[in-house]
Amino acid sequence: MNRQSITKSKQKIQGIAAALAVLLWPSISQAHLVNTGLGPIYDGISHLAMSPDDLLTALALALLAGLSGARAGRNVLFLLPPIWLLGGLFGLGMKQEIFLPLFSILSFLLTGALVALDRRPPLLLILILTFGFGFLHGFFNGTAMAARAGGGFLALFGISVAVFVLVALISALVVSMRKHWARITVRVAGSWITAIGLLMLGWTYRGMG
Amino acid sequence: MKSYNKNTVALHFWIIVVTILWPLYAWAHVGSGEAGGFVTGLQHPISGLDHVIAMLAVGLWGAQLGNPALWLLPVVFPMMMAGGGCLGLLGIPLPGVEVGIAVSAIVLGLMVLAEARLKIYLAMVIVAFFAIFHGHAHGTELPAGQSGLLYSIGFVAATGCLHAVGIAIGLIHRWQVGRLALRGAGSIVCGGGIYFLVRALT
Repeated sequence: MNRQSITKSKQKIQGIAAALAVLLWPSISQAHLVNTGLGPIYDGISHLAMSPDDLLTALALALLAGLSGARAGRNVLFLLPPIWLLGGLFGLGMKQEIFLPLFSILSFLLTGALVALDRRPPLLLILILTFGFGFLHGFFNGTAMAARAGGGFLALFGISVAVFVLVALISALVVSMRKHWARITVRVAGSWITAIGLLMLGWTYRGMG
Repeated sequence: MKSYNKNTVALHFWIIVVTILWPLYAWAHVGSGEAGGFVTGLQHPISGLDHVIAMLAVGLWGAQLGNPALWLLPVVFPMMMAGGGCLGLLGIPLPGVEVGIAVSAIVLGLMVLAEARLKIYLAMVIVAFFAIFHGHAHGTELPAGQSGLLYSIGFVAATGCLHAVGIAIGLIHRWQVGRLALRGAGSIVCGGGIYFLVRALT
C-alpha cells in the first residue's frame, strides 16, 4: 500500500465518521406536533406501521404472492393498493366507524395459513383473497377516517402507497428466494401470522382485541 | 503502517459508538391507551423456565432429526400453541395444564437424550399435543390495558426465537462431540421437566 492510497483511505474513514456523527447525533426533535400529525399523506404512510392488523394482512398477502411466483407477485402488487384505496373511498362515505374485528383477524389468519402450507393455491384464489381482504381493510380505514374527521383521500392514498412499497419489497424478496431453507423461513413466518390470528380470535371473544 | 491504520479505525469506531450511545431525551413518541403489549408478550415466554426448556428442546430435537422435521416442528408448534391459547381464551378448560407442561419437558428431553428418530408425523403429533398445554397456560396472561394483538405478536415471536436458538445450538449435531453434548442437553431438559412435575404435583 503506498502513501497516497493510505491517505485516501484515511480521508474516507474520517469522512464516514464525520457523516455518521452528524447524522446520528441524538438531540431533542420536537419536529412533529402530536395534534397536527405529519400531514395526511405521511399519516397514511405511517398508518400501516402503526396498525398491526393491517400490516399483518398486507404482509401475509405479500408472502403468499411471493411464494406463488413472479406472476402472482405482479398481480397482487398492482391489485392490492388500488383495491385498498377503493375500499377506503367507500368507507369515507359512511357516517360512522365500522370495524369487524373477526373479519380483520380472519384475513391474516387464513392468508398466513396458506403461506405456512405452501401449497401454491391457484392464482384466481389469491386474487379473490387480495380483492376481498384489501377492500375490507381499506373500508375499515375509510370509515374510521370518516368518523374521526381523519385525513380523507390523501391519507388513504398514503396507506395505498405504503401497501404498494411493502408488497413490492416483500414479494420480490420471496420470489427471488431459490434455496429450500429460505422458503422455509417464509413458511415459518406464515405459521407465526396464523398463530397470532388464532390468539386474536380468543382475545376478541374476550373483548380484549 | 498497518498498526497506524488499525489505531485510526479504532479511534473512529469509538467516536461513533460514543456519539450514538450518548443519552439525550427523545420525546418523539407519546404512548397512550393500548400502545403497550408487545414487550410484555416478548418477555413472557422467556420469563418461565418450564416454557423455555421445552421450546429449546423442540429446536434441539428438530436439529437432531434433520429435514423436514427441522422446519416442520417449529412451524407446527406456534400454531398449535396459539390454538391452545385460543381454547383458554374461549374459556374451554384443559385439565392438568401445569402437569402437561412439565411432562412436555420430560418427553421432549427424553427424545433429545435418546436421539429418537420417530416418524415425522409422530414427532409432529407429540410436539403439537404439548404445544396446546403451553399455549393454554401462557398465551392468556395479558395484563389489563394492553393490546391483545401486540401481546400476541410478541409472544409468538419470542417463542419462535426460542426454537431458533434451539435449532442453532442443535447444529453442533454434525460433530461426534456435539451429538454427545446434545444428548446431555436432553438429559438436562428432562431433569428440569421432572423438577417442574414434582412442583406441579405437590
